[in-house]
Amino acid sequence: MGTARRTLRNRIIATVAAAAALGLVAGCGGSSSGTGGGKKDGKTVITMGLFGVMGFKETGLLERYMKEHPDVQIKTDVAGDEQTYYTALQTHLAAGSGLKDIQGIEIGRAKELVDTQADKFVDLAKVPGTDHFLPWKQGQVTTGDGKVIGLGTDIGPLAVCYRKDLFKAAGLPTDRDEVGKLWAGDWKKYVDVGKDFKAHNKDPKVAYVDSASALFNAMVYGNPEQFYNEKGDLIYKTSPAVRAAWNLSTQAATTGLTAKLRQFQPGWDPGLANSTFATTVCPAWMLAHITEKAGPANSGKWDVAKAPRNANWGGSFLGVTEASPVKEEAKKLVAWLTAPAQQEFLFKKLGNFPSSQKALASPAVQDATSDYFSGAPIGRIFSEAARQIPDHQVLGRKDGTIKDIFGQGLQQVESQHTAPDKAWADTDERIQKAVG
Amino acid sequence: MATSTPLPPPGATAPPGRRARRSTLLHRLDLRAAPYAFIAPFFVVFAAFSFYPLIYTCWISLHHVELSTLNLMEWVGFDNYTALWNDDRFWNALRNTFTIGVISTVPQLLMALGLAHLLNYRLRGSAFFRVAALTPYATSVGAAALVFTMLFERDFGMINWFLSLFGVDHIDWESNKWAAQSAISSIVIWRWTGYNALLYLAAMQAIPLERYEAAAIDGASRWQQFLKVTIPGIRSTIVFTIVLSTIGATQLFGEPLIFGQGPNGITGGADNQYQTLGLLLYEEGWKNYQMGRAATVAWAMFLLLILLFLVQRVLRRLLSRTS
Repeated sequence: MGTARRTLRNRIIATVAAAAALGLVAGCGGSSSGTGGGKKDGKTVITMGLFGVMGFKETGLLERYMKEHPDVQIKTDVAGDEQTYYTALQTHLAAGSGLKDIQGIEIGRAKELVDTQADKFVDLAKVPGTDHFLPWKQGQVTTGDGKVIGLGTDIGPLAVCYRKDLFKAAGLPTDRDEVGKLWAGDWKKYVDVGKDFKAHNKDPKVAYVDSASALFNAMVYGNPEQFYNEKGDLIYKTSPAVRAAWNLSTQAATTGLTAKLRQFQPGWDPGLANSTFATTVCPAWMLAHITEKAGPANSGKWDVAKAPRNANWGGSFLGVTEASPVKEEAKKLVAWLTAPAQQEFLFKKLGNFPSSQKALASPAVQDATSDYFSGAPIGRIFSEAARQIPDHQVLGRKDGTIKDIFGQGLQQVESQHTAPDKAWADTDERIQKAVG
Repeated sequence: MATSTPLPPPGATAPPGRRARRSTLLHRLDLRAAPYAFIAPFFVVFAAFSFYPLIYTCWISLHHVELSTLNLMEWVGFDNYTALWNDDRFWNALRNTFTIGVISTVPQLLMALGLAHLLNYRLRGSAFFRVAALTPYATSVGAAALVFTMLFERDFGMINWFLSLFGVDHIDWESNKWAAQSAISSIVIWRWTGYNALLYLAAMQAIPLERYEAAAIDGASRWQQFLKVTIPGIRSTIVFTIVLSTIGATQLFGEPLIFGQGPNGITGGADNQYQTLGLLLYEEGWKNYQMGRAATVAWAMFLLLILLFLVQRVLRRLLSRTS
C-alpha cells in the first residue's frame, strides 16, 4: 500500500516536473540545458552575454575568430542597457541557470561579483599570455586569495572635450595645449574657466558644461578610495574627496554653469547635436558617442584637451562561468579577445581604450588621432592620462548604485533649486536605504 | 455529456449486480466530479501563476533578501512592514499615486462621458469615429509614453516650442512636480478616454428611446435629458469604469518609468516627484536589489487594492439604496 502510494506520488511528481520542464523549454527557447554552449557535431558552441557596445560583435572580431577557428561557433546575447543586463545576470547566478559561457562584467559591479559570486566564475589567473594588463585593472577582479574572475577589456582615462568655436566666441583660447593649461592640476580651475566663459558668452542658450554629475564623477574617480574604504566600510560621508567633489559640482550647478542635462539620457543627444554646451568631461569611450550624436555638422568643431586631474571612469571585463561545459575553449576566446592586438583594433575602430600595457605602448595606439575632434592626438592624450590613474583603486559593492544616487541629488540642486545641504541629506538617506 | 441524465430512483428493478453498482458509481462520479474537472485548468493555472507567487511574495517580504544572494534569506518578521510604514518615500509614492490618479481619472471619465454622448448621436461615419476613439487604447504603453516624452522634452520638445509662441518660458516638465504629474496624466488620459467612451456608448445604447421621448414631451431640454435620463441609465457602467480606473491608477508604472528616461524613471524624478507605488517597488527590487523590501511594497499595494475594493462595495451599496 505504502509503496503503491509512493509510486503514484512519484508518478505525479514526474509528470509535474516533465510539464514544468516542457514549459521552461518552451519559455526560454531551450536554454535550460546549462549555458547553451557545448559540443555539437564536432563543433564547439560558445555563448556570450554582453551589454552596451563592447565592440566584439559590432567590429566583426567574433566573426574573424570563427573564421580562424572553423570548429568554433559563437553565439552572443547583447543587452543594450547595463542595468538590465546586470539584473538578469544576478538572477541567473542566483538561480544557477540561464548563464552564458562568457559573461561581461562592468567595473561598477566588479566588487559585488568578486565578493559574493566568485565561486561561480572560473579562475583566469593562469591563462597563458595574459600578463600584459595594467596591474590595477586586474586587481579590480582579483579575490582575496588571488583568484582572477575576469580579463580586462577597456579602461576609461579622462580628457575634456570642448567646442573650439564656442570658446573663441567667449574670448578663450582654442588651442588644445593652451586650453589644457587653463585648468591644469585642479578641477577648481576648470570651474573658474567656466565662470569666465559664462561672463563673456553672449548666447544664453549655451552652457559651459553639460551636467554637474559628470564633474562629480570625474573628481571622485580620481581618488584611490572613493565611496568605500579598503575594509569595505562606506566612507562617502567623511571622505574629503567626495565632499570636495560635491561642493564644486553644486557650485557649478547653482551658478548656472551647467546645461542641466543627464548624460546618456535622451535630452543629452539633441544637446550635443544642437550645441547647448561647450565642454564635457569625456572618458575615452565617450568619443564614439559624441561623434555619432553631434553628427557630421559639428565635425571639426570639437577638440580634446587634457583633464585637470586624471581618473578612471568605466571599463569592463570578460569572465568565464563555472557552469560552462566548454571552459577551456571559452578561456581561449576571452584571452584572444582581450589580447593586445584586439585591444588596439577596438581602440582604432571605436575608441575603447586598451587596458593592456602592451597595447598601450604600441605605435598604433600612441599615434592615433581623431579627424572628428580636429585631428587631436587622442592616443597620446589618453595614454598619458592612463598613466596618471591611481595604481590602486578601492571599489565597493554598491558603487554603481551610489554613483546614480549622487547624480540624483545633484539634479535636485541643478533643476529643482534644492539647497545643496538639503540635497546632501536626501542623498545620504537614499544611500543608507539602498545599501541597507 | 451524460451529466444531465437523472439518477435511477433508489430501489429500481435492476438486480444490484457488481457491474451495475460499478456503473452507478462511475455515473455518480461523473456527475459530481466532472464539473470540478472542467474548472480545474483555471484553478491549476491560477494556483501556479497567481496564488503561489502571492504567497511566496509574502514569505519573501518577511525576510531580508538581496537579488544577488537569493539563497540567503534572513528572517526579519514584520520589520520590512514597519520600515515601510515609517518610510517617507512610501507615503510620498502613495500621495503621488493618488494625485496622478485623480488628475488622470477625473478628466478622463468626464471626457469619455462627453465623447460617448456625442458618438451616440446619429452622425455620418459613426463607425469610423468609434474605431478612432479606440485606437489610442490599442497603442502600447511604451510607444505612447515615448512619443509623449519627446513632446514634453525641455529644450527641443514640441509642446515647449508651441508654448513659446505665446511667450511662455520653457517649462522643465520632468523636474517640476506638477508639470511632471500632469504630463504623465495626459498619457493616461490619451490612452484610456476612448476605451471608457465606448463602454459608456454601449450602455447608452441600451437605454430605451421611449424614455427620451417621454422626457422630451415633458419639456426636458437636451441637457436635462442627459442629466436625468442618460446618467442614471448608465450608472452601473460608470461605477464599473471608476473601479477599473482606480485599479489602473494604483498600479500606474509604465508611463512614469518611460517618462523619466533611465535612472530618473526608476526613482520617479530626482526628488521622487512623480514616483508611484509601482515605481517604488521597482526601485527597491531592481535598482537597490532588495527583494524583501520590494515584496513588502507589492503586498502593501495588494492590501491597498483590497481596501479600495471594500470601500467601493460599501459605496455601491449606499448608492443602490438611494436609487
